[in-house]
Amino acid sequence: MTGRASLPAPQHLMADAFLTLNHISKSFAGVQALDDVSLVVKPGEAHCLVGENGSGKSTLIKIIAGVVTPDSGDIVINGRSFQRLYPMDAIREGIQVIYQDFSLFPNLTVAENIALNYQLSRNVRVVRWGQVHQIAQTALDKIGVRLPLDVEVESISVADKQLVAICRALVQNARLIIMDEATTALTEKEIRALFRVIRNVQQEGVAVLFVSHKLNEVLEIADKVMIIRNGRVVVDTDVASLDRSKLTYYMTGRQIEEADYDYRPTNEQPLLEVRHLSSRGNFEDISFALRPGEILGITGLLGSGRTELALSLFGVLPVDSGEILIDGQPAHVRDIQSAIHHGIGYVPEDRLTEGLFLDQSISRNIVIRTIDTLTRPGGLLSISQVNRQVRYWVEQLSIKTHDPELPAKSLSGGNQQRVVLAKWLASKPRILILNGPTVGVDVGSKMELHEIIKNLAREGIGILVISDDIPELLHLCNRILLMRRGRVAGVFDRPEITEAELTARLTEATSMARPAG
Amino acid sequence: MSAPDASYKPLPKARLALDGNLLRLLIACVTIFVAMSLLKPDVFPTPENFLSMGSQFPEIGILAIAIMITMLTGGIDLSVVSVANLSGVLAALVIRALIPPNATDGQVILGLIIAVAVAFLAGAVAGLINGALIAYVNLTPILATLGTMTLYTGLTVAMTRGNAVFAENRLTFIGTANLLGIIPIPLVIFAVVVVIFAVVLNRTSFGLKLYMLGSNMNAARFSGINVRRVLLMTYMLSGLLAAVVAIIFLGRNNSAKWDFAPSYVLQAIVVAVLAGVNPSGGSGRIAGIVLAILALQFVSTGMNMLLFTISGGQFFKEFAWGALLLIIMVANSYSEGRRLSPRHKPKTD
Ligand SMILES: Nc1ncnc2c1ncn2[C@@H]1O[C@H](COP(=O)(O)OP(=O)(O)OP(=O)(O)O)[C@@H](O)[C@H]1O
Ligand SMILES: [Mg+2]
Repeated sequence: MTGRASLPAPQHLMADAFLTLNHISKSFAGVQALDDVSLVVKPGEAHCLVGENGSGKSTLIKIIAGVVTPDSGDIVINGRSFQRLYPMDAIREGIQVIYQDFSLFPNLTVAENIALNYQLSRNVRVVRWGQVHQIAQTALDKIGVRLPLDVEVESISVADKQLVAICRALVQNARLIIMDEATTALTEKEIRALFRVIRNVQQEGVAVLFVSHKLNEVLEIADKVMIIRNGRVVVDTDVASLDRSKLTYYMTGRQIEEADYDYRPTNEQPLLEVRHLSSRGNFEDISFALRPGEILGITGLLGSGRTELALSLFGVLPVDSGEILIDGQPAHVRDIQSAIHHGIGYVPEDRLTEGLFLDQSISRNIVIRTIDTLTRPGGLLSISQVNRQVRYWVEQLSIKTHDPELPAKSLSGGNQQRVVLAKWLASKPRILILNGPTVGVDVGSKMELHEIIKNLAREGIGILVISDDIPELLHLCNRILLMRRGRVAGVFDRPEITEAELTARLTEATSMARPAG
Repeated sequence: MSAPDASYKPLPKARLALDGNLLRLLIACVTIFVAMSLLKPDVFPTPENFLSMGSQFPEIGILAIAIMITMLTGGIDLSVVSVANLSGVLAALVIRALIPPNATDGQVILGLIIAVAVAFLAGAVAGLINGALIAYVNLTPILATLGTMTLYTGLTVAMTRGNAVFAENRLTFIGTANLLGIIPIPLVIFAVVVVIFAVVLNRTSFGLKLYMLGSNMNAARFSGINVRRVLLMTYMLSGLLAAVVAIIFLGRNNSAKWDFAPSYVLQAIVVAVLAGVNPSGGSGRIAGIVLAILALQFVSTGMNMLLFTISGGQFFKEFAWGALLLIIMVANSYSEGRRLSPRHKPKTD
């Protein structure tokens, strides 16, 4: 931890609420997103907001940020009551929001994204370029990550974008930092560092409102937890009175007990075999085999090369050496078309830029992969087949919408993720690569998605799951491959490794991979 | 903000409610029509005037469809008129070469079929070249087609030494005859093109891919859409539409020349933009093109009638088009602005 910017410590306000929401309600075109929600956030407090997908969390946050106006209810910040809260007011009162879609400027560099807001908010007319780097570096040091400062944000990974957004919020003199699923792509190491920083700023009276579907994170960081279901507050209480299963129960209204994948080993020919695959600067000498019915997990920290490996298998990233065999035959996967031709499907990591067509309807998003098969003999689209497929997947994945003809951007984050999954599941690939398949999906639905994935495997599909979610990997996979600095650092058969052991191996990778931290 | 076409599930109420742009265009169309009919009751709402208006706009309408499909992919085709002139000159040369003055009916028909085929072939090839420059060489559409526009025009000049090529009165029936005695043939051609493209865009997988690609090129690639092939196809279709326009030009003027109707490119863009086609791709509807071209035609004819007596009145066409474009754009941006105001902000997460 180096040179932190000094933040004002409003000790005298410690006892009073920083933010009070009274009886907030909001509906969108007949959907009641929030129903009579009240919330109090005190200085220095970490308040977590949990609930299923579409329960209204992001809507509540947008109301606090002044981006969405509630239908009724009032907002009190710092003792000032706002009839109509504008985004500028919220920012002036010290509210910093990291949105689910981290609204960064894609054409600016990492350093500019972090530092410019800070300068703007100080009414600096002429940007002091010399300071830009310094401010950005200080913020990055604070959470102990290394990022190239002069790279355009557009070209960096989701995890790095999230880190940039977090840094940007940290350099402001915020009184309340709101993180709406801002940690989905981060791995153990970054989360640890982030939580350390959060605890530090809490000491100085900064409040944190944290939304996440990763319940262990919630239990670790929260002082108070508010659970909402279908827009209503179910529970708002101290974290001490909650545990994982209680949280799940309040969120979903049921107990969730997930069974591990009952894989029965076969000696069938592998669907996919990778031999000594290397791509310079990305990964090196990767070998594994994937048999029908197998679910192979791939995990590793940021920069371990796991996403790059997936991109190479899908024909996006060229390989330098090594072999890919499909059904025992050497396959030349030179582009996405040929990957698809070989029966490979890929659910990408970054749903906003690689997965979704936000302005297009939910149904178009679902059928686009398979549209060539939904035709009548004459070659024209068959409306009934298209509708049948849309209806089937909306039901199968419980996509929460009242009209699939609405644009995909009207869905909540977790539901958008399901749309991307539906698109690929509908195409029935023989080898399916899932990169973060349940990112942003709530616990209850996660289990349902896992069940669907397991069923696909039971039908003989080979599945690769890339994830940081250790419990997810343990439920889903029969084998787990740990990557470290572009290489395979270990392969574990599921029954032989426990959650604790795997986490330990992962963290061990941390200290070796990034000694400087 | 115009909603994407209802490509499969007809949801009349939702569509109408969503598609404010189409509604505004319809209102504009009807208002102008009614206003002109009231102001000039003896000349505007008459069969003769309908006939005359109906024969005036088809070329620009068809070119606007070419602009629209390229805009749907987030691109544009500035070369349409130069492609039309190239195709027209080639067709006229074929007619001269294959149909002697004393030709038999059989020779005439065969000659015309070959001439039209050559025009289409030239349009398709020119379009494929545009598509290849954009899809494979990765040029920006605006620069690529600006370049080929000059190239195709130069080629046409070189072939004709800058002179007009006469088509020996072989195609003039297109410009003069009326189907069933009342419907001008160019209008019939326009209607056929409209129907074909409404089907292609809304009822084929190619059409869906076109919209998806325009709305997120990267996601399209990751969804396995063959982006290059779709782009190639799109620009080829645009070239074919230019060839259709070439045949109409030839029918009307009995000749083709390298510098015919250069202003049509900009006018076609105006129609497409007025129609609500999003220049950055992903949304726009054929129905919008039809309404936009009608509104513009009513305005320019009406203005001509109103200002006929004033000297320079005919120049008011451009003025009226510009005014209509601005009015509709302001109306759109106003309603969009309201939708984007905090209360109505669409969600983006
Ligand atoms: N602009 C909008 N138009 C229509 N419906 C909307 C809009 N914004 C939100 N909704 C609906 O409001 C509900 C709450 O959405 P919200 O984004 O707040 O959910 P969330 O709790 O953040 O979910 P997630 O965990 O998936 O991010 C959802 O049903 C969503 O579809
Ligand atoms: Mg959300």
